[in-house]
Amino acid sequence: MVNKIMIAEYHSLPVRAGQVFKAGNEEIVLFRLTNGEVRAIENHSPHPKGGTLAEGLVSGEYVFCPVYDWKISLVDGKVQAPDQGQVKVFPIEVSEDHVYFML
Amino acid sequence: MERKKLLMIGNGMAGIRTLEELLKLAPDMYHITVFGSEPYPNYNRIQLSTVLQGDTTIEDIIMNDWDWYQSNGIKLYTNESIEKIDTEKKQVISDNGRVIDYDECIIATGSRSFILPLPGSDKKGVTGFRDIHDCEEMIKAAKSYKKAVVIGGGLLGLEAARGLLNLGMEVDVVHLLPYLMERQLDPTASKMLQKELSAQGMNFLMEKESVEILGDDRVTGLRFKDGSETAADLIVMAVGIKPNVGLAKVSGIAVKRGIIVNDFLETNIENVYAVGECAEHRDMVYGLVAPLYEQGKVLAAFLAGKMPEPYQGSVTGTQLKVSGVDMYSAGDINDDDTTMAIKVHNEFNGVYKKVLIRNNQISGIVLYGDTKESGRLFGMMKKEEDVSRLTSISILSSGCDHNAGSDVATMSDDDLVCGCNGVSKGTIVAAIKENNLTTIDEVGNCTNAGRSCGRCKSMISDLLAYTLGDEYDQSAEKETICGCTQLSRDEVAAEIKAKSLTTVMEVMNVLGWKNEEGCSKCRPALNYYLGMIHMDQYKDDRDSRLVNEKMHANIQKDGTYTVLPRMYGGVTNAKDLKKIAEVAEKYQVPLVKLTGGQRIGLFGIQKEYLPAVWEELDMPSGYAYGKTLRTVKTCVGAQYCRYGTQDSMGLGIKLEQKFERLDTPHKVKMGVSGCPRNCAEAGIKDIGFTGVDDGYEVYVGGNGGTDLRLGDLLCKVTTDEEALEWTGAYLQYYRETAFYLERTSKWLERMDLEHIQEVLADEETRRTLNERMDKTLTRYSEPWQEAINNQDIRRKYYTVREAEPILK
Repeated sequence: MVNKIMIAEYHSLPVRAGQVFKAGNEEIVLFRLTNGEVRAIENHSPHPKGGTLAEGLVSGEYVFCPVYDWKISLVDGKVQAPDQGQVKVFPIEVSEDHVYFML
Repeated sequence: MERKKLLMIGNGMAGIRTLEELLKLAPDMYHITVFGSEPYPNYNRIQLSTVLQGDTTIEDIIMNDWDWYQSNGIKLYTNESIEKIDTEKKQVISDNGRVIDYDECIIATGSRSFILPLPGSDKKGVTGFRDIHDCEEMIKAAKSYKKAVVIGGGLLGLEAARGLLNLGMEVDVVHLLPYLMERQLDPTASKMLQKELSAQGMNFLMEKESVEILGDDRVTGLRFKDGSETAADLIVMAVGIKPNVGLAKVSGIAVKRGIIVNDFLETNIENVYAVGECAEHRDMVYGLVAPLYEQGKVLAAFLAGKMPEPYQGSVTGTQLKVSGVDMYSAGDINDDDTTMAIKVHNEFNGVYKKVLIRNNQISGIVLYGDTKESGRLFGMMKKEEDVSRLTSISILSSGCDHNAGSDVATMSDDDLVCGCNGVSKGTIVAAIKENNLTTIDEVGNCTNAGRSCGRCKSMISDLLAYTLGDEYDQSAEKETICGCTQLSRDEVAAEIKAKSLTTVMEVMNVLGWKNEEGCSKCRPALNYYLGMIHMDQYKDDRDSRLVNEKMHANIQKDGTYTVLPRMYGGVTNAKDLKKIAEVAEKYQVPLVKLTGGQRIGLFGIQKEYLPAVWEELDMPSGYAYGKTLRTVKTCVGAQYCRYGTQDSMGLGIKLEQKFERLDTPHKVKMGVSGCPRNCAEAGIKDIGFTGVDDGYEVYVGGNGGTDLRLGDLLCKVTTDEEALEWTGAYLQYYRETAFYLERTSKWLERMDLEHIQEVLADEETRRTLNERMDKTLTRYSEPWQEAINNQDIRRKYYTVREAEPILK
């Protein structure tokens, strides 16, 4: 059994601006990239001081953490060198105009 | 093969570097356990002085974060010390009672500050300068106390003193001898250094022997042998370091000053090694990073079962990490009968260079004021090159006719570029070629060069130029906007005009950006330059702005925001105060605070409440977050103050109303004082006005931040209109010529005050500058109101949604 959570309507997602969703205890950010894909990561920076990611600047498949400027991959959640860390990535399914978050 | 158990006591730079080298050579050979008595992963101890000096934070100097240990399978115990090594049973026992077996054990316990055994040295406020804890103590002390005394005028003492100055303390440096850094500098260079540091604000008490620390619970002063005293709220002992050998001693390992090791870092006990500052090799104990890394390399190879070249000891060079001071020293310092010296001393430029030659080989180097040749000279010294056939000029150039790259070209491949990490020219050049590296950062990531003290970065840049030739030369001479492009600010601005580029994406696309959508450095910069060039027609690219400007509020570290309404000139009224109070109450704002710029800030507001808060405040944004005019601070002035000669509030309000919301390369702060008592601190503002009998003196380029700078007198004005006219022209000239993120203080120093005065002296120039300024100002609208009125903006930036579950 797969839990599917319908998160948003695809057309309502602005390009290159993170959208925050609360799902249970998780706070998830959805990014619609320039290439049309939708990526979802936890809204929490792995920087030791923490911070959110939704307001970061989006470039291609990366987001720059708004507080400490770490460059984070939206594909695998890896923080790019010289910094190190990992952000949780959530699988996303887009069908027609619906964006689902798979649990 | 089953893994052997490797245990390391100590979690510092030497030990961890040994493990890094070992993991490269034999990743699967050991189960590694590390004990560190500090609560942190491995950090860059050399950079503590930059933390203290405010240039970086503790987080930034972590070299191996927790993930590194985890991903390399290393078990790390922090905050836990080893009390004894049982070398018979091959076990260690920690202060928590933990017992762990080992096959091989490395002692890398480093060293600690030598605390002079003076009466009173146990009082509060006496510290060494060795670790993060010391650093934090000093930062804390600087917040509530004024006067610091540093005992010791050596490398560490002077770096600590500079840090304490930056923290706003008055600093005395006490030194036993007549010359500072006498182990690294000769008297001439030492005096030059003392002069520079005195000018930076250090007070020197030379030839003073400390005998007693005064005070009850906390230190209040220091007494010297000659009977004199000096007051002190904080005493930093920086007279030297002492290897941590206690553990080795109680465990029956041979110790003199340090733990005695042979050429493979083995102690007298089998399977126990020592590396770093705690080790003593051929009667030498090293306190600089380069030798420790060299030792680590040998030990790692030895543990990996590869027979390395034996460690032969190290020749080291020293630099002082204090801004405004360029010095380098290695080997012998003072001339004697067996040496010949080549000297250059240019008192006018503050440059002094001395190379000592013994038996036709360089035996010592002292450079002050210009250290570009340090790498080349050090290389010649290390290799014991015969210099008898060189002329004195070619050994030591006068420093007048430098062209970039000339030094690195003459270096041989095994000459060291990065002394800290032991990276040679050959290694760097090979890495540049093999991996197509084009920036200093890339070279650092690939080779570690430049990643410890950072002083060799200019040489790495020269090497890039030398290796890549024209490809790099062009960009080496200029500062590119960021790694996405080879173009400089001026070139991009010229292209925008020439090709009539109108959007950020278009600029990146047409000018061949490496990353199609840029990065967090270039996007905000391009957005600014486009807005500056296209004045009234530019449509701002909100998503190319960084968080605060995008959200029109300051983000705090927990993801909440600060709301700071506009209060022109710092003047408010009962109605606004009531509204602020009501909002603070209704939204349970955690902190209401008066800011340094005379405004009221509401701290800790969730982003989804921002539009509602703004609506209820019904006041314009105070732009406390932007690269724009922040606040105009004013004193009460002639309206109420008996000393006031000018209506400072009046002018302040006019300035703030005129220039609010304007995009500038960096933030701009202003101040207006009604008289020279200067209650509005106009002397340290980007633009400050000081009232005098017949008008205002206008000061520019002041700065109250990390680099404190007093403003320079730009001109005198007699009326408010004139004040606005000069301000408009000056600001516009700054907007048109500064690099993005260049504060006016830096810009002014780069452009030169006289040049700016010359430009602005011409009335016609001022008029056209103001014309462009006024045109730009028409473009702005109130951003909070815009968010309140525009549903799309609210939805895009200020909404948090609940996800809706569908179970299948």
